[in-house]
Amino acid sequence: MSMLARVQVPAQARRGDVFPIRIAIQHSMETGYRPDNFGRRIPKNVINTLTCRYNGVEVFRAEMGSGVSANPQLQFYLRAENSGELVFDWVDDSGQRGSERAPITVTA
Amino acid sequence: MLTLSAVAAEAPRPQPKSGIEYAGGDVRALQADDFGNPGMLWVARGEKLWSAPAGRSGKSCAGCHRDAPTTMKGVATRYPRRDVGGGELLNLEGRINQCREQRQGADVLRYESEELLALTAYVAHQSRGMPVNVEINDANRVNFERGRDTYYRRQGQMNLACTHCHEQNAGRKLLADTISEGHGNAYPVYRLEWQSAGSLHRRLRACFFGVRAEQPAAGSAELVDLELYLASRARGLQVETPGVRR
Ligand code: HEC
Ligand code: HEC
Repeated sequence: MSMLARVQVPAQARRGDVFPIRIAIQHSMETGYRPDNFGRRIPKNVINTLTCRYNGVEVFRAEMGSGVSANPQLQFYLRAENSGELVFDWVDDSGQRGSERAPITVTA
Repeated sequence: MLTLSAVAAEAPRPQPKSGIEYAGGDVRALQADDFGNPGMLWVARGEKLWSAPAGRSGKSCAGCHRDAPTTMKGVATRYPRRDVGGGELLNLEGRINQCREQRQGADVLRYESEELLALTAYVAHQSRGMPVNVEINDANRVNFERGRDTYYRRQGQMNLACTHCHEQNAGRKLLADTISEGHGNAYPVYRLEWQSAGSLHRRLRACFFGVRAEQPAAGSAELVDLELYLASRARGLQVETPGVRR
């Protein structure tokens, strides 16, 4: 099943405003420390990298490991500059990729 | 035992209290935050599945039911419920699978699968804030009585019944948990211990396991009957789907 995510970006902001961005991704974030029912180690599989680009420029990057809970949520702050688009991309240890986009309108 | 259930059936019950009121502040805050509540990921997946064609009919749920916020509003408050045709008692999961099988010509979804959890959460979410309102009538009275019997029957190596924890000891501590009144009004819930969303039947099976009793299968008639009895106890409580639990 494809990776599902929800993002929260204000639809509108005034130039210069600092606003919060939130993203939540459905992912088991398998730590690599858990055994299955037969005692075999379940391989580690976490979202290891997530980036956010604002009109093409990387504004946020997270590198994650085994210490992050399942279905992780991240929050960070951005300053509104120009109208355009936020693009989120992430990848897990198995190579599966996910992506979300959110438009933003910046007023003077 | 018989006397116990007879008394309990007649004694007026105080206003029920939702499980969320027994939860800690952090869990309550997470449930109340529509973005932070991880259960909303399942609701969002359910929304996508709602309009995805499936089975031989090539129809989606939306193809027949249109706009879920309108057509599914209040539906969860009336479940479990018997088919109009007088068929078996169905909970929401069973009802959704009935549509999959009979109306979409698709495979039934496995209980506890991501898809069935997502669709159930999405449908139940449309009733959030509405009071649980199951009706006990001639058609489902035998199910109600069977569910009530299960509720008051001692079982397992610990020889405890549901009532011993959820009626006689609600509000008290059991290890790290505060025992609630054992209502199902928030299900499916996101449970932090599971690191996932889960069904009411998964929770019930955990309670059977806790008293070291044999666990009925998820989706079994025994658990659907018990679910009906729980819903009758929870009448008036608001549907909270997706709830959050520790
Ligand atoms: C081909 C049309 C069709 C499709 C496709 C379909 N349904 Fe239904 N569904 C119905 C009909 C008709 C009923 C009412 C049947 C009755 O009352 O006997 C119903 C009833 C229901 C009910 C119970 C409503 C109530 O008021 O009790 C739910 C819940 C439901 N469907 C969910 C779904 C979901 C979820 C899907 C997709 C997985 C779906 N249905 C796909 C035709 C359909
Ligand atoms: C030994 C005590 C014990 C017994 C017996 C027991 N439970 Fe539980 N149950 C718990 C605990 C502890 C929890 C988790 C805390 C809470 O929500 O109450 C729980 C949770 C629940 C919940 C979830 C409530 C919510 O809001 O999330 C339901 C429903 C429930 N139990 C039903 C039952 C039923 C039905 C039975 C009988 C088959 C039963 N329990 C037997 C201890 C028990």
